Amino acid sequence: MALEKPYRDIPGTTVFDSDMSRIGYHLNQFCMTLMKAENRDRFHADERAYLDEWEMTEEQKQAVLDRDYNAMISLGGNIYFLAKIFASDGLSFQYAAATMTGMSQEEYAQMMLDGGRSPEGNRYIGEKKNG
Amino acid sequence: MARITAGVTTSHIPAIGATIDLGKTKEPYWAPLFEGYEFSKKWMAENKPDVVFLVYNDHATAFSLEIVPTFAIGCAAEFQPADEGWGPRPVPVVKGQPDLAWHVAQSVIQDDFDLTIVNKMDVDHGLTVPLSLMFGEPGEWPCTVIPFPVNVVLYPPPSGNRCYQLGKAIRKAVSSFDEDLNVQIWGTGGMSHQLQGPRAGLINKAFDQDFFERLIAEPAELAKKPHVDYVREAGSEGIELVMWLIMRGAMDDDVDEVYRFYHVPASNTAVGHLILENRS
Repeated sequence: MALEKPYRDIPGTTVFDSDMSRIGYHLNQFCMTLMKAENRDRFHADERAYLDEWEMTEEQKQAVLDRDYNAMISLGGNIYFLAKIFASDGLSFQYAAATMTGMSQEEYAQMMLDGGRSPEGNRYIGEKKNG
Repeated sequence: MARITAGVTTSHIPAIGATIDLGKTKEPYWAPLFEGYEFSKKWMAENKPDVVFLVYNDHATAFSLEIVPTFAIGCAAEFQPADEGWGPRPVPVVKGQPDLAWHVAQSVIQDDFDLTIVNKMDVDHGLTVPLSLMFGEPGEWPCTVIPFPVNVVLYPPPSGNRCYQLGKAIRKAVSSFDEDLNVQIWGTGGMSHQLQGPRAGLINKAFDQDFFERLIAEPAELAKKPHVDYVREAGSEGIELVMWLIMRGAMDDDVDEVYRFYHVPASNTAVGHLILENRS
């Protein structure tokens, strides 16, 4: 019997489940190495060379180089692991979140100040989007 | 005997820690949030615990994908603030309470909750931000802390009911510890927020307000809420709220609400905070 995934009809959302964690294992484990200052220095000195030390797919490496967080998540990355990348870049969770929404930083920050993204229209795939 | 006297819930957003550490709490964006914790710091000074049993989630800090314990208990004598990618927070080392931690571990494991024992672990913003919000910036934390990390990062997290029942087992364990200790239990994380994907920024005030009310008045019913409802209604990271049910399970059925605070936004998140006292 296939594993049940009742969350698959939620729009714009990837639940970090067994399938995602299996394809993302090496991507996420690479992120963990950035919790050491010497590794951050080495990564920022030559990102490509550092990424080549890990058993990641070419797609995963390119997504990291591009700082494409939606792509990293679709390739098994989890946001709390990926946070080590943007933290080492000196960037915030709000910065990273905004890049995933297609909004500018200013638009996203203003949406949050205005009370955040409404759940109305954002609960099920196919609903009309709102905000 | 040891006893649980109060329960606290609070969000644990990393940007709050950074704001405190950089001395920016008076900035217009942040001031309303920190004003919301002024009462709490005064209350805490008047109701200082000996031990905080601190339920939180590790954010891929102590636990990578190598090992993911569903429930773990920190039994060490001390825990270092973690380097999460921008250097460790400049906050005091967290002192543990190994004798009580081991007592709770033995008791709840024998009550069928299979905890992972942790003897070495760095603690991330999930644990240190609540300490900063409730105690401010002391040279050392005024009490010992038993870190209790819960997996809410890798699906499936424990159910609300499992968390609520675990709280009851923790309460039983604490109340059978011989030493006379004033113990608080804190449940952290939440409230509604989503940090990933095109739906990032989701906030659901109606969900959060309902969660406050039912956590206080009908926690056993609230504990039946399935995982998918948290994700759909409160965002993918809103699932952290199941940890509040561990706190609630460890309190009396009837509690007094001492304080409530709700604020949107802190970075991407709805901040929720409660102080509850046992009525007896």
